[in-house]
Amino acid sequence: MISLLAIRTIWAREMIRFYRQPSRVMGAIGTPLIFWLLIGSGFGSSFQTKTVTAGGVSSQMNYLLYFFPGTILLVLLFSSIFSTISLIQDRSEGFLQSVLVSPVSRAEFILGKIFGGTTVSFLQGVLFLVIAQTVHMALRPVQVIEAAGVIFSVSFAFTALGFVLAWKFKSVQGFHAVMNLFLMPMWFLSGAMFPPDGAPGWIRFLMNVNPLSYGLALLRQALSGQTNAYLFHPIAGFELYVLIGFTAMLFLVAHFYAARRRVEDLV
Amino acid sequence: MNPIIEIKNLIHEYKGQRALDGLNLSITPNDVFGFLGPNGCGKTTLFRILSTLFPPTNGEVQMMGRDLLTDFYSIRRKLGVVFQNSSLDVKLTVWENMIYQGRLYGLSGRVLVRRVEELLNRFGLSERKKDLAGVLSGGLKRRVELAKSLLHDPSILILDEPSTGLDPGARLDLWKYIQYLKSMGNVTVLVTTHLMEEAENCARVAVMNKGCLAALGSPDELKKELPGEVVEIQTAKCDELRQAIEKQYDLQAQIIPGGLKLEHPEGHRMVAQLMEKFTGLVDAVMVRKPTLEDVFIHKTGYQFWMSDQSDETPDRIKQK
Repeated sequence: MISLLAIRTIWAREMIRFYRQPSRVMGAIGTPLIFWLLIGSGFGSSFQTKTVTAGGVSSQMNYLLYFFPGTILLVLLFSSIFSTISLIQDRSEGFLQSVLVSPVSRAEFILGKIFGGTTVSFLQGVLFLVIAQTVHMALRPVQVIEAAGVIFSVSFAFTALGFVLAWKFKSVQGFHAVMNLFLMPMWFLSGAMFPPDGAPGWIRFLMNVNPLSYGLALLRQALSGQTNAYLFHPIAGFELYVLIGFTAMLFLVAHFYAARRRVEDLV
Repeated sequence: MNPIIEIKNLIHEYKGQRALDGLNLSITPNDVFGFLGPNGCGKTTLFRILSTLFPPTNGEVQMMGRDLLTDFYSIRRKLGVVFQNSSLDVKLTVWENMIYQGRLYGLSGRVLVRRVEELLNRFGLSERKKDLAGVLSGGLKRRVELAKSLLHDPSILILDEPSTGLDPGARLDLWKYIQYLKSMGNVTVLVTTHLMEEAENCARVAVMNKGCLAALGSPDELKKELPGEVVEIQTAKCDELRQAIEKQYDLQAQIIPGGLKLEHPEGHRMVAQLMEKFTGLVDAVMVRKPTLEDVFIHKTGYQFWMSDQSDETPDRIKQK
């Protein structure tokens, strides 16, 4: 039986730790604001409208509309994954050990931590949606709700990925180095910078196996209002299934790691 | 009285080293029980196994009538743990640390608030409850840890080297609270330590060496196992004096830092003889009652500080 009290407690602690570190709050709010300033003041108006063909569907769009979801994704990716640095700190500061000997199950602990990182990342994403309204991207309420849903799912998935990776790292520096090594390529190969059509075969393959591509496709669908655009697969909702499957798999891996009770995980 | 903890043939191996080597032990309820031994004797491994952090390689442990291997989640509900390194969240206040800890153990609402207030009060922490845990002194932090570990009213409280990093004042303070717990009479306190004076505070002590039990009993019982008195001789010529003494008397002298040590049923009678017979070699002689350290050396055959340097613990291997 999962205890909501335990999950809420772990989550609430993450929130308190977030707002007690002014640099994290500043970074979280500052990133979208800087993008908004850049895009809003001139940069945005220089984007040209062009025809984009994706998944066999041609549509008129400007590059801003193309670029914007990728920008949100980049921020979500970094925010989610780096929020799990707190796990490495929990271990080095000693807090983790007190959770490990408490009756809180590993599933509750993992969910609390992931919801904590997800919340921060989600709020940043939503701030972007608010900003979108001011840069000639008038979104309908239903689009905003859809996009918020996608932002939440993507944040959750990538915080889960961060948890799995952070569990294996003993130092924040190592975590940073390795994250940068494959986070940026992951983002480049998500379709954030260029669409898969027209890319060489092996790049297209990598884009197809990159779970981030599916998150991006969902975000594009929500923001453009075209549910058949940017499809990776002809099955309706396939992108969502991939994202859910990816998240479920990460949760199971995280649980496998955390439930092992090994000497190596203590220090 | 039924034991609250029963350990049978406990074995733990890590990277080919045996940290625990067939340990057998029963602990009766409501005692302050000490595990004494040098670094590498297996007491930290034992602490981690008993606090449910990881399962042993082999053997049986029953805690509060439950099997530690299979039923560790229900054991955790009645187990309090104080770690050697602080487990407080330094970015949270004392109050928040306490509240969050309580919630992890299923307490909430008014019951929890009352319990936190009661414990902060009892441990003299009420005035510091709004302070961030990070700004507290080592002694106060340890006191918060102790208060925090008692929130859910545990039947067993395990403390790993609780006075590490504390100054003598804070150490006395800590033991005052541990003795206070004993007087409450419903919690069994287990303490691991490498400090003799700390072990003296325990009702019963298990002296550990190389993952096994070297001796077991109350500090007084253990000391009575050594007949007579201990004579310590200060000398600059250890080897020479040792040979001379062993030739003269039918006993063995041990080399200790700065001199020699002898055990003799009537040690005090030897003082004059030693001063007379070995005038040029002896600088000073001291006679005293045996300590737990003497018991340890007697039981294991080597010095506390020697074993400290020669033994490799799983922790040390890992640090390399």
